[in-house]
Amino acid sequence: MPDSNDYLLMMSGIGKAFPGVQALANVDFFLKRGEIHALIGENGAGKSTLIKVLTGVERQDSGTIVLENKEILAKSPQHAQALGISTVYQEINLCPNLTVAENILIGREPRIAGSIDWKRMNAQAKQLLQRLDIDIDVTQTLGAYSVAIQQMAAIARALEISSAKILILDEPTSSLDAYETDKLFQVMRKLRDEGMGIVFITHFIDQVYEVADRITVLRNGTLVGTYETDSLPLVELIAKMIGRSLSDFDDMSKIKLESSKSIKADALLQAKDLGRTGSIEPFDLDLHAGEVVGFAGLLGSGRTETAKLLFGIDKPDSGTLTFAGKIIKKFSPLASITRGIAFCPEDRKADGVVDDLTVRENIILAIQANRGWFKFLSKQKQYELAEKYIRLLGITTPTADQQVKNLSGGNQQKVILARWLATNPQLLILDEPTRGIDVGAKAEIQKLVLELAEEGKACVFISSELEEVLRTSHRVVVLRDQEKITEFSGADIDERKIMQTIAGS
Amino acid sequence: MSKLSWKHLRDSQLFWPVVALALIMLFNLIFIPDFFTLEIKDGHLFGSMVDVINRGAPLMLLAIGMTMVIATAGVDLSVGAVMAISAGAAAVLINPALGKTLIGSDKLVEDITATPLWVVILVALAVATLCGVWNGLLVSRANIQPMVATLVLMVAGRGIAQLITNGQIITVYYSPYFFIGNGYLLGLPFTLFIVLGVFLFAWLMTRRTAIGLFVESVGINASSSFFSGINEKNIKLMAYTFCGFCAGIAGLIVSSNVKSADANNIGLFSELDAILAVVIGGTLMSGGRFSLMASIVGALIIQATTTTMYALGVPAMAASAIKAMVVLIVILLYSEQFKDVLGSVIERKGVQPS
Repeated sequence: MPDSNDYLLMMSGIGKAFPGVQALANVDFFLKRGEIHALIGENGAGKSTLIKVLTGVERQDSGTIVLENKEILAKSPQHAQALGISTVYQEINLCPNLTVAENILIGREPRIAGSIDWKRMNAQAKQLLQRLDIDIDVTQTLGAYSVAIQQMAAIARALEISSAKILILDEPTSSLDAYETDKLFQVMRKLRDEGMGIVFITHFIDQVYEVADRITVLRNGTLVGTYETDSLPLVELIAKMIGRSLSDFDDMSKIKLESSKSIKADALLQAKDLGRTGSIEPFDLDLHAGEVVGFAGLLGSGRTETAKLLFGIDKPDSGTLTFAGKIIKKFSPLASITRGIAFCPEDRKADGVVDDLTVRENIILAIQANRGWFKFLSKQKQYELAEKYIRLLGITTPTADQQVKNLSGGNQQKVILARWLATNPQLLILDEPTRGIDVGAKAEIQKLVLELAEEGKACVFISSELEEVLRTSHRVVVLRDQEKITEFSGADIDERKIMQTIAGS
Repeated sequence: MSKLSWKHLRDSQLFWPVVALALIMLFNLIFIPDFFTLEIKDGHLFGSMVDVINRGAPLMLLAIGMTMVIATAGVDLSVGAVMAISAGAAAVLINPALGKTLIGSDKLVEDITATPLWVVILVALAVATLCGVWNGLLVSRANIQPMVATLVLMVAGRGIAQLITNGQIITVYYSPYFFIGNGYLLGLPFTLFIVLGVFLFAWLMTRRTAIGLFVESVGINASSSFFSGINEKNIKLMAYTFCGFCAGIAGLIVSSNVKSADANNIGLFSELDAILAVVIGGTLMSGGRFSLMASIVGALIIQATTTTMYALGVPAMAASAIKAMVVLIVILLYSEQFKDVLGSVIERKGVQPS
């Protein structure tokens, strides 16, 4: 047993079970004063559950939590905050229709004679953001800003609590670009030097090495171990996380080479001068069966907007779109599904899963939508489909009747993939399919995309991680400032050149 | 009973509504001895239980329609007004003065109708359904918030009903019309068969087709549903249309029951009872999972409470307050916080509910 004086927080023997899943079993987690402690593991390893137990969202079945030598039991996130534990969650829990200042100071507004002192509130919010080197108009609604800024606002909100002793950052960098990530790390180091204990959850391994002092690895709800960052080489860390070797990644280039042979010469989809004012400049694009086309570009470069045009969520106001030799006139998701186009949206929570429905219902949703209201799939057929894709994609769920909200992020993503694969599409558009999921599941999904291409499907692969786009794509389309700049294919695909194009230099 | 199946039972949406209804019935069994007495007069079944079903029929119908709307994350405030419109339309069509400039009052009170009964029913239901379509278009196509959109017809609907009835309370003397609300079939109230028929129709439509799944999906996450190819606009339109249709039938039953059409009073505040029935039935106002049966039980709870109070001879002025208490208790049973407190009290006493 470590000496309690060394540690700010000591979580010992934590256990927690959910219906059908042992999320945590006898996990220890010790946090020192003034350290950045990375908490890592694959999807469903129990990271989020551990944090939820600590912050009072869930109550542990067993184990104790000791904060500064006093045993605590947070009853709610508010209570945890009062105890000095602040959290910034993976999915930003802010109100986009309130101003930035309101979001940061909600519930703790400065008051003057009982009513809110707006002037002081805005000044305070501005000051808090300046601590993070962000200078924006705090009286604008939060929704008007990029996800990155929203993330910073969430952090500012967590920091605002002056008594915060522990700051938990759950995947804080997943929507930040390199510059913003750097800024965040500066802030983290500063707070660490002030004596705060920071728990950093991420799936970017390189960032762990950049900023963390110590690392705790979880796997399948159990503790693998806690290590000094300096004494744990990268390869060992990954082996500890996924419990298997990285040969999966090496296989990838082989599969890619194999599958590139099956690319059809005729275009399956052809866009000519297709564009929409305010979302994407007119562009030409050909997609071929058996080919994976990657979209590379920064946030807001028009990647998602292009995908939305192709799938018929937005209607183009110029140009033509031809699919399988026919010019498309009717633009809607349903019409696209009927045609054989599928689209995994970027925002899994808002546009992807229907969280109160079961895994089975989520999987059959698109295929049933295509069949219409009255040709209802029989229960037996529904279970067959669900079981098939649970097996095929390796979705971890106790039964097909589990509510999707009880699944981990990576498994939710697989359920959405299953929903689209069930419609047997000819063209699969994947917008950030690996966002917020970890190494093992990422490799699985990338491999799956290549396998689907080999089966003769056309795939569009959109990701903010360039490395991933390069690994999976036969051809890379680069976008910048809502405009298609150029394409790279075959031997021309070169990380440096593409980066330069993305940056516009 | 094993612990697992107990939990399964308790997680069912029907569990708490049935418990609440059973408690009310238990109360009646103890304090009102003849509440469960059934007697047959002229081949017709009579008794307080029959009364609950007969009087509760309009509310049950409204609850069925309202369940669909609430499941799509909406609400329909106009059902009371739509009842008045449907009743007004029926009464005007029956009125022998229809289309005639002058008519003697002896002729007016004769047992005749100006329009065949089936046309009367068809037109009244069509008008009510059209009201539903209107609500559905406002919500789904004009993207107006459901509460605001249906508020329009809630207010304007009574005016429309008055225009139809020319501002008069129209008394109906045509006896076949009374069968709808007062008739008996096979010794049982005819209204029971209407409710059964509509319930069966709604159940088949939602559980034997994909409509139920789509309604729940739209109610939980309209955006995800749209991205999956579900036409969420048409699903909403369908829900409001069906709700209007149900309100139309309810209007016919009530006007047939009281043998008149009073534009100002038919179905007054019944939209609130209908919403309450659905909420007691455990369907969330935020939409999503729904149970038609649970809403029916919810309506029965409301009606049984009212009937119980009459049977006890509670003065009318106190009745509302007591009804409110009953509703409060039922709603508290749903509150997670309240259940936690209750659960820890039970645990402390060492009584395991298994």
